[in-house]
Amino acid sequence: MHAFVEPLMVLLVLVNLGLLSVRRMAWCIRLAGVQGALLGLAILALAPGAEPEPHVWYLAAAVLAIKALAFPMFLRRTMRTLHLRAWVEPYIGYGLSLLAGLAALLFSLWLGSRLAIPGLHLPPLLFPAAFTAFFGGLTMLVSRKKALTQVVGFLAMENGIFLFGAPTLAWGSTWMELAVLLDVLVAVFVMGIVVHRIDRTFDSIDVGLFCSLRD
Amino acid sequence: MELFLCALVLILAGGSLGLVLRGRTGRLAGPLGILAGSGLGLVAVLRLLARQEYPRLDLAWGLPVGSFSLGFDPLTLLFLLPCFGLGLACPLYGLGALAHEPERKVRSHWFFFSLLVAGLALVAVARDGFCFLLAWEVMSLSPFFLVSFADEKLEVREAAWTYLVASHLGVLALVAMFAWLAGAAGSTHFDALAWAAPQLAHTWPLFLLALAGFGAKAGLAPLHVWLPEAHPAAPSHVSAFMSGALITAGMYGVARILVLLGPGPAWWGGLLLGLGLLSALLGLAQGLAQGQMKRLLAYSSVENAGIVFLGLGAAHLAARGGLAPAALLAAAGALLHVLNHALFKGLLFLGAGAVLHGAGTVEISSLGGLLKRMPRTGALFLAGTAALAALPPFNGFFSELLIYLGLGQAGMGLRSAGSLAAWGGMAGLALAGGLALAALAKAFGLAFLGEPRTPAATRAHDPGRAELAAMLLLALGCAGMGLAAPWLVTVLAPAAAQVAHLPGMAALDAARDAQSLLRTVLVAALPLPVLGLFLWALRRRLLAGRPVGSSPTWDCGYARPAATMQYGPASFADPLASALGPASGIQHDLARPQGLFPRRAWHRVAAPDLVLDAVFRPAFGAALWAAEHLKWLQHGRIPLYVLSILAALVAVLAWVLA
Repeated sequence: MHAFVEPLMVLLVLVNLGLLSVRRMAWCIRLAGVQGALLGLAILALAPGAEPEPHVWYLAAAVLAIKALAFPMFLRRTMRTLHLRAWVEPYIGYGLSLLAGLAALLFSLWLGSRLAIPGLHLPPLLFPAAFTAFFGGLTMLVSRKKALTQVVGFLAMENGIFLFGAPTLAWGSTWMELAVLLDVLVAVFVMGIVVHRIDRTFDSIDVGLFCSLRD
Repeated sequence: MELFLCALVLILAGGSLGLVLRGRTGRLAGPLGILAGSGLGLVAVLRLLARQEYPRLDLAWGLPVGSFSLGFDPLTLLFLLPCFGLGLACPLYGLGALAHEPERKVRSHWFFFSLLVAGLALVAVARDGFCFLLAWEVMSLSPFFLVSFADEKLEVREAAWTYLVASHLGVLALVAMFAWLAGAAGSTHFDALAWAAPQLAHTWPLFLLALAGFGAKAGLAPLHVWLPEAHPAAPSHVSAFMSGALITAGMYGVARILVLLGPGPAWWGGLLLGLGLLSALLGLAQGLAQGQMKRLLAYSSVENAGIVFLGLGAAHLAARGGLAPAALLAAAGALLHVLNHALFKGLLFLGAGAVLHGAGTVEISSLGGLLKRMPRTGALFLAGTAALAALPPFNGFFSELLIYLGLGQAGMGLRSAGSLAAWGGMAGLALAGGLALAALAKAFGLAFLGEPRTPAATRAHDPGRAELAAMLLLALGCAGMGLAAPWLVTVLAPAAAQVAHLPGMAALDAARDAQSLLRTVLVAALPLPVLGLFLWALRRRLLAGRPVGSSPTWDCGYARPAATMQYGPASFADPLASALGPASGIQHDLARPQGLFPRRAWHRVAAPDLVLDAVFRPAFGAALWAAEHLKWLQHGRIPLYVLSILAALVAVLAWVLA
């Protein structure tokens, strides 16, 4: 299984850059789903030993079910019920977003070379991939207008953190990872509800309108 | 230890049950739980004091920092006494005083009261810095809810906020102090702190931080500003507990830090002495001009906190100068004064509450002649004033006497600056004693003697049985502590030796000397009450069987004398205020009568708090101004907020790892 780690990491980084450069909401959500699916596979690939143990399988299945299937479905439904326009509507151009993503990748590579964690042997590309996902998600939060894209950005960030924790997966920590997964599930549902509320209050989900809430 | 823990559980259970239960049981559960728990706690403390046992308890509590460490030592036991003692009297009073308040308010009131009592007790027994700070927070937050009981009034809400802000500024200093010390020690346990402190290069910043944090709680000038605001606003039994027990937490903190930091340089003692003197004089000068009885009493608390700190400072100075007996006398006097102040100030605040209940106001200018209308309250209040003014044979006299003796011995034994400080302290204490007598003559004389100035004062009446019982309990405590003072010195000696870092044998010898001295003084002072009783009996005998009538006082031929022509609060304070000069901060407003048929004339005396007006109001005004001008930062654009987080994250990572 370990042979798949590096191609998976490369794919994850590419999906991240893709998330920053797609123009249509539908693709954005689809790519978030793909990222979730790759994360599930990465958990299997990163598992210690020759064959993944049963608890790793459970976790990978849960990740696939929630991040690759449930979230995209839920986000698409939200998009449909709110009759959103199909475009992502960024504050900065797509080219600039992509450049920001590349900067995130470079920064992550540099960080990976500087940040040595004693007692933890990570596969070479894992650190940059995880941190690119994290910083890319943060960049999405900053540069997109629609509240729904903010949810996608949050998911990308969360995926990065999840990926970083994957190699340390031991028997006891699976439960914690599952619990975190459950928290994220609840968080995304809450965010969906909040997005609906925002739409009802502002007749739009443009986060730029929030400044009317200041006192 | 088990008994003490049971007491805590009982107190907290009472308060929590009161929240859950409805109706009469809900009203009663809180105060009864606190009463029972305080009684049990008092028994536990007295047993440990008698046996000189100091048990400890260390439990892990699953938090990443600190541990649940409790322990007793002489100092802790001493400071638990006011907590549990007033925990017996104040709820008893409140039981009667709150009988007609809405149930919802009363239940939550008792819940927070139980938190206050339990938090205060935990502060005294905590043996871990983190545990201490948690207990301190519980103890500091609950009075906010207690003070704001009558939250429909604007001034009450403002007073509660003043209290909250003042106490949290204090906590800030304490957190910094403990974090600093724990960083050096590698642990938050008091044992580790005491071990690490002497090895630090500089301990004086820690001492100053502790003095700021604990001083703010104790009412040490210039950090006393919350007392004159919060005490008048709170219900009287809360004022009594806060003034008698809560502020002792600040005094305990300073004493504890003197123990933890080890024998520090002599100037610490000088600073404590100086600040104590400042508090005593400032508190009285401002208190003298107050027209509101509870405000006057609050300033008197500032004065008494000053006396305690003065004693602690003198003890520190004398101990560093090698004068063990003087140090023991001053420290024992300071600690005894903590207990005494709890008793008589508790009694006086409860008395003021009874006046508020009976006459509807505590504005002295609206009272008068209360002794005839509320004789029981009047007698108890008189006992409290006599104790507070340090008249023998009441308890206040003996604690101040011990401090005088300590100061005198220190003045004779120390050299140059130390001697000067001790004599200066003595002179200041004497001045404070005189001023205190004047302030209390004002509080008692104008309110209880003479003729009522308003119809409300004419209709005043004694409070119910529960309230009177609570006051009687404290008055008996005042008298009992006075009579037992010579023996209390030996009980206090271990704690005094601990604070002043004295060897046990020297302390015991000095305590024995002090005991024989105090016994002589007590015997000499006893004829005074006997004389009083004799005069009272003589008057009764002479008046027996004769008609007694009342007629107006000789009025210089003036045709229409009125009750408002009696000496008022302003005219009473004026001579002393003009003698003290502008340094007292007392302001006059005099409009003399003009012409043959004058229409208007007045004389008002006011003393707005000097420190509040000169320091804190401008400082908070500036903070508000800065906050208003930083509002552009709150632009409301969420992507920009996240961008700033991202930029900060990247910058920190780049800075740390580059």
